[in-house]
Amino acid sequence: MTATVDPALLADARRERRFFLSLSLPALFIVGLAAILPILWIIRQSFLTTGGEYTVGNYAKVLSSGLTWSALVTTLELSLGTLAICIVLGTPLALALASARPRVANLLMAFVMLPLWTAILVRTYGWLVLLRRDGLVNAALTGSGLTAEPLPLVYNFTGTLIGMVHYMLPIFLLPVYAAMRDIDPNLVRAAASMGATLGQVIRTVIMPLSAGGIFSGSVIVLIYSIGFFITPAVLGGGKVNPLSTRIERALSTFQDWGSASVLGILLLVLMALIGVMLLAARRLLAQDAVAAAHA
Amino acid sequence: MLEAYPQNRLARIVLWSFAALVMAFLMLPTLVVVPLSFSASNLLEFPPHAYSLRWYENFFGSATWMAALRTSLILGTLTALIAVPFALLACISMNRLGGKSAASIQGVLLTPSVTPGILLAIGLFFVLAAQRLVGTLFGVLVGHVVLAVPVACIVLLPALARFDWNQVQAARSLGADWARAIGEIIVPQLRLSLLSATLMAFLTSLDESVISIFVASGRNSTMPKLMFISLRDQIDPTIAAISTLWTAIVVVVVVIVALRQKSLPSRKS
Repeated sequence: MTATVDPALLADARRERRFFLSLSLPALFIVGLAAILPILWIIRQSFLTTGGEYTVGNYAKVLSSGLTWSALVTTLELSLGTLAICIVLGTPLALALASARPRVANLLMAFVMLPLWTAILVRTYGWLVLLRRDGLVNAALTGSGLTAEPLPLVYNFTGTLIGMVHYMLPIFLLPVYAAMRDIDPNLVRAAASMGATLGQVIRTVIMPLSAGGIFSGSVIVLIYSIGFFITPAVLGGGKVNPLSTRIERALSTFQDWGSASVLGILLLVLMALIGVMLLAARRLLAQDAVAAAHA
Repeated sequence: MLEAYPQNRLARIVLWSFAALVMAFLMLPTLVVVPLSFSASNLLEFPPHAYSLRWYENFFGSATWMAALRTSLILGTLTALIAVPFALLACISMNRLGGKSAASIQGVLLTPSVTPGILLAIGLFFVLAAQRLVGTLFGVLVGHVVLAVPVACIVLLPALARFDWNQVQAARSLGADWARAIGEIIVPQLRLSLLSATLMAFLTSLDESVISIFVASGRNSTMPKLMFISLRDQIDPTIAAISTLWTAIVVVVVVIVALRQKSLPSRKS
């Protein structure tokens, strides 16, 4: 049976669809103007000399510099270090929150979300105060006799890592907590009634079921971490230089727009590589799950 | 979830002690600046030996800081006023279109929030330099709007998903055009979500630092830019006073947003 549809109605539906599409235009326009156009401009700028002529010299200069490669290594060390610490600190915290009564969990989540909304510069300042040579942490350490000398906790890699973990941890926690909250408590009860120990339940029930959340959290941490600027610039004290601070130095100190653009493109490429690797990893994980289901 | 294991008290104690330590780590840098801001000394001693309001006076008495505060407040307000209507329209569009079109629009709108700030900042700097607009409020504003739109969408999309669209159908069939349907039905019913979205867009602009550092200058420098510059030079307790005020604002906003979430189920009935 073929229903004949009034062509006027079809035209109406098309018109309505076009109207709904048009509602997105202002937002899409601003993304084009303030995000896509600037990225394209970086690509253009990377092929220009200071005089505005086309060149590949910027690439030759940046890619042959040892500083670039050490910046790349620092970027990766900071990102992977941040990710590792977020997983170690965040997963047990998410488990504790997910196992709490809803009322308690909601209250504690508010405390976790407060730092998330605290301004980045406020937090960075807080860490400076805490981690300085004569700061609170060192005062506590030397006062209690744990260390004889104050430890170098800030204006170096350690301080940068602490600041980055502090920024990323609440963001990592959200998807992990959501995944754990969604686990049916009956699964845990069933496992317990059949004699599984707590360790076994965590290993074979809770962790596999929250793997998706941990994966999403890890993706967000990596994508954000490779572009961090404020934290290394302040807490690194000039000694920690990932791609972002190199970009700033090229632009602000040396007025070298070409090099800044090439470094920016390296950052873009790094992001794309991480994106591709994560997509591949997700596919592998999904295949594993299918294989496990068929085994 | 772990109540099936009442006998594992030790494990529970270990887990919760660990959780408490991690939460202390999260709260500590925000809390530590509060007593410092009331210190009478210009050394960062903790706890302060004497208390005063001198750092607050310093802040409110400084023409530079006041100009930055003014810039940041104007930027935050304009960002919210532009980003929230844009986000609302885009969310209505995504909600009604559904499927692949909605997913593509969402993908494009989220791009800026996953792009490193430093890339947006230098790209915007180049574009604005070509138009001789570096250092203008406009340059920073477009950068802030593009970051605030996804934040507003995160609040508004679920709110629209819960919205009863039959009301709009009814209004439309009775002859209301879309502008009227949006203005008189959608907006009033989403007012709490719109308030949350506005506050969060405002905070996003207030907190945005990287674009400001590269694109804003002189009279149009924002609070984060000035804080960044002064943190690089020295640790001035004035920053502690600013941080305390700022955190107070954040607490108020977070409480308002949390109360909205609490009021949602009752609104439905």
